[in-house]
Amino acid sequence: MKKPMPTPTMPEHVGRQLVATPKAQLVDMLYQMLLGRRFEERCAEMYALQKIGGFCHLYIGQEAVAIGALSTLRPDDLIITAYREHVHAIVKGCDPGKVMAELFGRRDGVSRGKGGSMHLFDKQKGMLGGHGIVGGHIPLATGTAFAAKYQQRDYVTLCFFGEAAVNIGTFHESLNMAALWKLPVIYIVENNRFGMGTAIERSSAIYDVAQRACAYDMASETVDGMDVLAVRDVIGRAVDLARREHAPTLIEARCYRFMGHSMSDPVHGHYRTKEEVQEQKQQDPIRSYVDVLKAAGIVDQQAVEDLDRKAREVTEQAIQFADASPEPSPDALFEDVYSMPYGPFTRSEQ
Amino acid sequence: MALITYRDALNQALREELRRDPAVFLMGEEVGVYQGAYKVSKGLLQEFGPQRIVDTPITEEGFAGVGIGAAMAGLRPIVEMMTWNFSLVAIDQIVNGAAKMLYMSGGQFNIPIVFRGPGGAAHQLAAQHSQSLEAWYANVPGLKVVAPSTPYDAKGLLKSAIRDDDPVIFMEGETLYGSKGEVPDEEYTIPLGVSDVKRTGTDVTVVAWSKMVTVALKAAETLAADGISCEVIDPRTIRPLDDAPILDSVRKTNRCVILEEGWPYAGVGAQIAYQIQQAAFGDLDAPVTRVTGIDVPMPYAKNLEHMAMPSPARLIAAVREVLYLD
Repeated sequence: MKKPMPTPTMPEHVGRQLVATPKAQLVDMLYQMLLGRRFEERCAEMYALQKIGGFCHLYIGQEAVAIGALSTLRPDDLIITAYREHVHAIVKGCDPGKVMAELFGRRDGVSRGKGGSMHLFDKQKGMLGGHGIVGGHIPLATGTAFAAKYQQRDYVTLCFFGEAAVNIGTFHESLNMAALWKLPVIYIVENNRFGMGTAIERSSAIYDVAQRACAYDMASETVDGMDVLAVRDVIGRAVDLARREHAPTLIEARCYRFMGHSMSDPVHGHYRTKEEVQEQKQQDPIRSYVDVLKAAGIVDQQAVEDLDRKAREVTEQAIQFADASPEPSPDALFEDVYSMPYGPFTRSEQ
Repeated sequence: MALITYRDALNQALREELRRDPAVFLMGEEVGVYQGAYKVSKGLLQEFGPQRIVDTPITEEGFAGVGIGAAMAGLRPIVEMMTWNFSLVAIDQIVNGAAKMLYMSGGQFNIPIVFRGPGGAAHQLAAQHSQSLEAWYANVPGLKVVAPSTPYDAKGLLKSAIRDDDPVIFMEGETLYGSKGEVPDEEYTIPLGVSDVKRTGTDVTVVAWSKMVTVALKAAETLAADGISCEVIDPRTIRPLDDAPILDSVRKTNRCVILEEGWPYAGVGAQIAYQIQQAAFGDLDAPVTRVTGIDVPMPYAKNLEHMAMPSPARLIAAVREVLYLD
């Protein structure tokens, strides 16, 4: 059932990014990838310890997409994602401790313990959630882009979703409106090849997801989602286009998740073999990026180890913060159902 | 005071609120160039331009979500559903998006949005275009549901809905658009969640909203000729429900009939009846009774449609029943 999916490589773009990107940012991107990896590894353990409940979808293997994409943004730009979003939130600036506290269902979580793994929100940082219904947030991103144009401002919106979401109506409705109205939004398909356990070849009439943009006369590109600099290069162009001309782009980032769909799904099983996962792990995006940076003389092994130690320390501090945070108070049950109080009368029942 | 139609009252509310706040905009199918499928947005494109009066493709789920996203980014959208029937393809956005965003974001993202349009049956529009969905939306915490019965209420409540910081489901009566009523010349608003006594009486309490108020008042007139005095209470807002005036009335009349255009099963009337028996059980001299739309999809044939709709005759029978007159 498995079909080879060639990933276009753009070494000239990688070279260009190495030249154009400040060294400190190149190193920080490696740190963010390491932090994302270590954070998610510890999340798996926290889930096993039942400190994290519910559905929990880990990002391990896909780090290059979020880190590459978000490296192109200004602080006032917005992102909105599906439910595999712990790393997006942290890279957008959410405090790792508050993210972990949210996963633990604690008072100091980014969503005050009421959202959980799938609903991470941080208004100050431009993180507009964490959404749990496949495709449901794509119109929301279209709406924030509509607002940017309405307000005559030049912030852009990045919208992340999986390849399985391109078969739901909201994807098509959104792309049509974004192209029709020229909205500053970038739709980023993280094509990790599987919608839960269903391979793209078994769910989609077209395997080349970026081609879907043709139907809406929209700019599109396909990028190797395991190559952080390639992602940065492509998304950077799309962000420029959105900021300058209010034009949307559809980006397909071809990647692979090294973990199961969620914590309740084994890494391999009915829908993919152990050998396939092992083979894909040879293209670990962090290892590849380390090799690029080392070859360019930007980091050495000691620097990588220092960054990794820092990532582990920040993750441990996040766990400690989450552990120390109290559960939400019982009063929180009734808070934030409405922002304006009920009408001027006494309810007969609460 | 001016005698104007329900449609024009809504138009005035939209116009005044668009003038008042530049963050307010109207989007939906045919709201601009066509001037509104029911002409509620007549003239607004000419005054406010295409940036604020936005014609959309036929893509309800998509533009409902665009409205919610725009609200997250600081705007105050009014999203017109050409009719509420079409909102069912957008219900994921309304329920999973608009209603829950504030709660699941821990209080960070309120959604100041109004979804509005006509609901209920008109004339021979058949099953897919004739339904009252109040109960569907009123079931959801995070939503407010408004269903005005008069031009005065329509204008004052729509203005409050637009100024409200939470999502409001605003259900207009499709057959009420041409009805006329007095509306003040000066500006006013009516707070959400306040019932209104549409007719005072002493023998039986009748609860009705939207176009069922018309049916209730007609029946009350007929009953009055027989010496039966009905008090008609219009909650105006289905959620939150201002039940205090209903309970006060029931404590006075000791009898209640709830008139509802929608289906009976798990309907709004069932909720109101529950609240009455919970709070005023000892005051009741008869079981709370409902007159509702019949529990079938709406048929097309004129005679069957008539049978499926609540009518003054059915309400009169129910009132006489709770008075043990027949």
